[in-house]
Amino acid sequence: MTDQWSVAGRTFTSRLIVGTGKYKDFEQNAAALEASGAEIVTVAVRRVNVSDPSAPMLTDYIDPKKVTYLPNTAGCFNADDAIRTLRLAREAGGWDLVKLEVLGEAKTLYPNMRETLEATEVLAKEGFLPMVYCVDDPIAAKQLEDAGAVAIMPLGAPIGSGLGIQNRVTIRLIVEGASVPVLVDAGVGTASDAAVAMELGCDGVLMNTAIAEAKDPIRMARAMKLAVEAGRDAYLAGRMGQRRYADPSSPLAGLI
Amino acid sequence: MISVILNGEPRQVRQGSIADLVASLGLDVKKVAVERNREIVPRSTLADVALAEGDALEIVHFVGGGC
Repeated sequence: MTDQWSVAGRTFTSRLIVGTGKYKDFEQNAAALEASGAEIVTVAVRRVNVSDPSAPMLTDYIDPKKVTYLPNTAGCFNADDAIRTLRLAREAGGWDLVKLEVLGEAKTLYPNMRETLEATEVLAKEGFLPMVYCVDDPIAAKQLEDAGAVAIMPLGAPIGSGLGIQNRVTIRLIVEGASVPVLVDAGVGTASDAAVAMELGCDGVLMNTAIAEAKDPIRMARAMKLAVEAGRDAYLAGRMGQRRYADPSSPLAGLI
Repeated sequence: MISVILNGEPRQVRQGSIADLVASLGLDVKKVAVERNREIVPRSTLADVALAEGDALEIVHFVGGGC
């Protein structure tokens, strides 16, 4: 039984997308990626260290031919910087599937939705396929979709906080209203958080810190793989209804 | 030699193409992207674009990053 998902015409089997930041070293990063089973990694675009060009590069450890690189705009606080970053990313790697995030402030790393919408429109017009980090707001999600977002990526909680899915209602409403994939981006702290996102019907989950800052990142990567699969299966299976009181599982008839 | 701004820092470089500069820095041209005066320079034209005095260049690559 294969359960695949597609974004902008590209099909993937793993519903877990992992970041490549905050790891001890590239070896640990590559091992965690392997354990996670992820087929997509997010990467950042930064200036080359011109004083030490021989420093190891991410591409030496994670092969862009085997794993889909999803360039992001982490650290961009306005539409112009984000667009400029992604134009460079497209030139560097040739990828048009990108992750847009335009941040509003450093303290919360909450998205600036006005700038995010503007950047989405520009990128879509330039032929990019933007997957867009956003607030967990069903109306904003629709606006992004209209602007050309190929995936909606609402935060579950602030980036790097590990607080888990704070508002299940809004995530569910976004899933129900979207005709593009919805992936929870940011806020996952442990395996159960990833399972919750998937049980709400999300198409996938993106995480970085939950794996990279675990005491054993490779084991946590495996836990996340299993949690995403378990949550997806539970969603497809259709959970039981909830009752206010107990309901015995053994027959009442024939009691001695 | 001419003066350019390379990744935000003033730098003296030899006159020539952008491809020459990238090579002289020991970088693999296939792994980087270059912006000159806020315009992307397509990789296919890096050897054809000559550096000019005062050019602002950004040479970027992919690094680890999450959200």
